[in-house]
Amino acid sequence: MTLGGIAMMVFAVGGITAFLLWCVYKVIATPGSTEHLHSQADIEPPDRDT
Amino acid sequence: MARGPGSGENWGTRVGVILAVTGSAVGLGNFLRFPDQAAKYGGGDFMIPYLVAFLVLGLPIAWVEWSLGRYGGRNGYNSLAGMFFSFRKGRLLPYLGVLGVVLPLMIYTFYIYIVGWCLAYAWFYLTGSMAAIGESEQGFGGFWESFVGSGEDGAAFADPMRSPLPFVILAFILNFILVYRGINKGIEWFCKWAMPVLVLLAMVMVVRVLTLPPVEGRTVLSGLGAMWNPSGEALLNPEIWLAAAGQVFFSLSVGFGVIATYASYMQPDDDVALSSMTAAAGNGFCEIALAGMMVIPAAFIFLGEAPHGFFGIGFVTLPEVFAHMPGGRLFGFLFFLLLSMAALTSTISLLQPAIAFLEEGLGVGRRASVSLLGFITLVGTCFVMYFSHDLKALDTIDFWMSTVGLFVLGTILVIIFGWVLGIDRGMAELTRGAEIKIPGFVRYLLKYVTPSFLLIVMIAWLSDKAWPRISALWTDGVARMSFGLILVATALFLLLIVQAVRRWRLHEARQTEVSP
Repeated sequence: MTLGGIAMMVFAVGGITAFLLWCVYKVIATPGSTEHLHSQADIEPPDRDT
Repeated sequence: MARGPGSGENWGTRVGVILAVTGSAVGLGNFLRFPDQAAKYGGGDFMIPYLVAFLVLGLPIAWVEWSLGRYGGRNGYNSLAGMFFSFRKGRLLPYLGVLGVVLPLMIYTFYIYIVGWCLAYAWFYLTGSMAAIGESEQGFGGFWESFVGSGEDGAAFADPMRSPLPFVILAFILNFILVYRGINKGIEWFCKWAMPVLVLLAMVMVVRVLTLPPVEGRTVLSGLGAMWNPSGEALLNPEIWLAAAGQVFFSLSVGFGVIATYASYMQPDDDVALSSMTAAAGNGFCEIALAGMMVIPAAFIFLGEAPHGFFGIGFVTLPEVFAHMPGGRLFGFLFFLLLSMAALTSTISLLQPAIAFLEEGLGVGRRASVSLLGFITLVGTCFVMYFSHDLKALDTIDFWMSTVGLFVLGTILVIIFGWVLGIDRGMAELTRGAEIKIPGFVRYLLKYVTPSFLLIVMIAWLSDKAWPRISALWTDGVARMSFGLILVATALFLLLIVQAVRRWRLHEARQTEVSP
């Protein structure tokens, strides 16, 4: 593994892990965030047949 | 309700939200397509364009698609064609929305096929037949090739019991039952609690890969080098930049029209900024920190090179990892089962834009639209399964839809956001209800940098590297038929959009008469 490879791996893996942790922190620390945060999983497209 | 971070009640809810948001992003793109693309385009050389695309294209366009979707929903539309109609700039705009229906549907045709592979591998681990496959002369690689029928066309239908066919049928039936019955609560539960298990399994697998002893002199360090060492030579190849952008779009589900449809059902003041960013971060973590540290290094250690065969690398390499783990059979079973379940949740979402369009554009009910889409996707999936020689049909549809198509729709979305709606309106929509402060430079990124980047890559690819792909459509019969299938689907939905636009205009005229 070259120095460039190590640098790239540390930058990419470290960067994305830090980014995820920051997002998790923001979700936990922001008041009221649970009421307004959504993902595809919790959005229910309505069934117009019923 | 107490809202402080220290509130016990909120901790459970918040953890649930984090798990649901990050879990919803995990799918085949992370653990199977990403390593395949990285191996195909040179590991470290692929990662530079990939990281640039993640930051300059993926995240910003995820914001754009969520914002446009929520805005379109406020105008009363849930499909991209309808949303584009409601933006009222130019008569041709709604027809560009055809991509928001055709892309997810065509991607569905091969995605469900791969879900069948995952289900089959889970079954092989459950029944214990995977150990015998590993010890056989053909090994995991030879088995996978014969299993998917990459040796000759029609293999899946000639000997269905030795092919993925029964598992694809199972995946197809499961998928349409879930869509037909609209069981979203189950999906939410799955994303919250089963996806973290999948991620946990992947973490254990990373640890196992990083502690593997050398195989024929190939060490973990050399395996990591195969994944991460950049040579810099390939950076001037526009196809790598195109492929990296396509991979980012594919795994973030950006540029499909799917996010826009889901976002259209949100409340006007719901957050889109932090939600989409957390989903992207979770997705990027699974892809870079887990798949990137596991699949290609393992492929190098066990096989000496990273084979690429359109999602195939995971099916060849991961069984080797499981074979070298204590409890590998259980791990293999759980990993492929959870991955197929994760992928099933994605296939359900792939159908939603077309259902929304048929409902709002043509007044077709859920049951009728699901039946029609069932027929269309069944034809497409049978086509992909039949033309299995070198997985040509899968490769052609994957390249033109997942790489080029998502790239084109991503470009259209960001241009509409920054230039058709106008950057002021666009940014106002993005920041509405946002739980984070959007930095000021994002407005310039979305108006100038992202569209320019996309256009430069597309022009460079068209002028330098596109010809072999385009000429294959003339010289290769299966590639030609695959592209023909895409064109037929596009033509069909364009005709339906013509009809839908008539209905929407009529509806608007009536509304104007009622409220002068």
